[in-house]
Amino acid sequence: MAHDSRPLERIEKNAGLLGIVIVVLVSFGGLAEITPLFVNAHTVAPAPGLRPYDALRLAGRDVYVREACYQCHSQMIRKLRFETQRYGSPTDASEVVYDRPFQWGSKRTGPDLARIGGKYSDAWQRLHLVAPRQLVPESNMPGYPWLERRKLDYADVMARMRVLRRLGDPYTDDDIAAAYETVRNKTELDALVAYLQGLGVPGKEQP
Amino acid sequence: MSSHAAAATKSAETYDDHVVRLFLMAAAIWGVSGMLAGVLAAAQLAWPALNFDISWLTYSRIRSNHTFGVIFAFGGSALMGTCYYVVQRTCHVRLALGGLARFTFWGWQLAVLLAMTTMPFGITQSKEYAEPEWFIDLLIAVVWVAFAIVFFATLMRRRIQHIYVANWYYGAFIIAVALLHIVNNIAVPVSWSKSYPVYSGAVDAMVQWWYGHNAVAFFLTAGFLGMMYYFVPREAKQPLWSYRFSIVNFWALISIYMWAGPHHLLYSALPDWTQSVGMSFSLLLMMPSLGSAANGLMTFDGAWHRLRESPAAKFMVTALVFYLAATLEGSLMSIKTLNALSHYTDWTVAHVHSGAIGWVAMITMGSLYAMAPRALDRPAMHSHRAMNLHFWLHTIGLLLYITAMWAAGLMQGLMWQATGPDGSLTYSFLASIAATHPYYVVRFAGGMLVLAGMVVMAWNLWHTAGAARLNQIKPILVPIPEPIPEPVPDQVPPPLPAHG
Repeated sequence: MAHDSRPLERIEKNAGLLGIVIVVLVSFGGLAEITPLFVNAHTVAPAPGLRPYDALRLAGRDVYVREACYQCHSQMIRKLRFETQRYGSPTDASEVVYDRPFQWGSKRTGPDLARIGGKYSDAWQRLHLVAPRQLVPESNMPGYPWLERRKLDYADVMARMRVLRRLGDPYTDDDIAAAYETVRNKTELDALVAYLQGLGVPGKEQP
Repeated sequence: MSSHAAAATKSAETYDDHVVRLFLMAAAIWGVSGMLAGVLAAAQLAWPALNFDISWLTYSRIRSNHTFGVIFAFGGSALMGTCYYVVQRTCHVRLALGGLARFTFWGWQLAVLLAMTTMPFGITQSKEYAEPEWFIDLLIAVVWVAFAIVFFATLMRRRIQHIYVANWYYGAFIIAVALLHIVNNIAVPVSWSKSYPVYSGAVDAMVQWWYGHNAVAFFLTAGFLGMMYYFVPREAKQPLWSYRFSIVNFWALISIYMWAGPHHLLYSALPDWTQSVGMSFSLLLMMPSLGSAANGLMTFDGAWHRLRESPAAKFMVTALVFYLAATLEGSLMSIKTLNALSHYTDWTVAHVHSGAIGWVAMITMGSLYAMAPRALDRPAMHSHRAMNLHFWLHTIGLLLYITAMWAAGLMQGLMWQATGPDGSLTYSFLASIAATHPYYVVRFAGGMLVLAGMVVMAWNLWHTAGAARLNQIKPILVPIPEPIPEPVPDQVPPPLPAHG
């Protein structure tokens, strides 16, 4: 093989060319896998009857995100028999279109929560979030007692809803105005329980 | 030698190792603090009382301090430091834009410090491995672009025509991480401490795991392979086993890795075709991964006695064995049927740590032990015995950790799947939590040993840097050797520099 005719020789001796070839090669995978999802209606259209989170549940969801609950709890029931038997029907992409960020998780130190809504009473959820081992002695979940003490800020929730509307979530002016009444004088714990009790509930009505 | 006179006149330019030494020191400090956070998190899973009901000490808040701390603070500092060291040596040239290089050091430290001090207070995007909020992401982007400019500007002024393969990996690492970081973190701020991502639901999941998987690929693999390709031949004291093989592996690795992200979302609500594509590419990935590991290991062929002489070599060889094992395991775990069992269990944690404690940490430690005396102008590390102690603490800790988590993960997967003769589930979820407790205790013990080893390393580096600390005012000047004129036609890679 003649030394000069090696096809890669030029790239190996030219830093700019090396950089360009790297950019091109690393771009294919993402372009091929991510861009089709934007035009695939199934992944971006909401399930029939699914509404964006109301003010209280949105505030609760943001508490869930802030406390990083996803590090131990998934919200993704996989299409496997032993999963649907334990947690309910598989999670569908159309159920999570208002989830920013998505909360599918990657590890189950605790159980999946995709359809936890309505499984336990509000009172159980409240106590369990504050002091889990009073209800489940073997649990290794941390307690979140500060949620009880922190009041929600309705102006902040309204600002969040406006940003989400800019991102395309169909909030009406009335939805946003209602935040004042629904969120005022509520604690973070109230909001988180409302969020948890709504999880998977609209999905249950799906065929 | 006659070229000495010429070298003497030319070497008015010296290597710029100041920034390398700063990164070395930062890596030691972040290594200890990141692993400390990991040990705390491990203890909290075994003994939940250790959450103390204090918000900023709670497991769910502290875990991202562990992951961010070891990946981006410890790993990032080690990568940037070795990158600056390696690019100068392999190009026989002083770092371009020294001031900008200093900025990348202080900018990166500020970014990781901000991240580590905001995340425990709930200022987080809760996107795994991309937790910091938007204002930190902006700072990271600026620092990263500066890093790219310093690196490529140094490559541009190189005095050796051929670009050594280690620099390709560092280059791919810099370019791909910039791309991943920017695309994954596009968000609209609500306030300084809260933002919403522009992607939602399944699309956000796809973007996040395209990012998450390739953060592993380009941050934790390509970058550290750059380290490997320079420091392994250095420590084996002989050239790379096959230079051509390293080229093939490079192009295959960077083009295949980017496709493998969806294997984190198998059986999920992501479209099936995406899952299948992700799985296929994950299997293909086995080839360049095993190839790179083999190339590194074979470089020690005929030089295995180096394992007796040099603890750094021991770290490197063990790292390569774990790179081989972890990438093989990763490809197998991306097979849908096996993933159904392993996903969401502690098996994933075992896999990640066999890659992180086994491959990433050990290649870093080996490389830092090889680099530190040279960068600090010392004949050797302060204590040879301490390096050996570190090696054994680390290796035993690693083995305890991953065997405990493998066993726990397999057990959890089987318990979740188990059904009785009537088709009903045998175990409650709670039963699997209770059964995992002993494994969490063993994992904690393993983590403690790894942390203890890191403390030994920090102590050793501190004393090795003793003279350098005294000489703060009088910086160490390492002259740049004259490049060997033109490589003979058959010798593709430039010979390694004789000194420095």
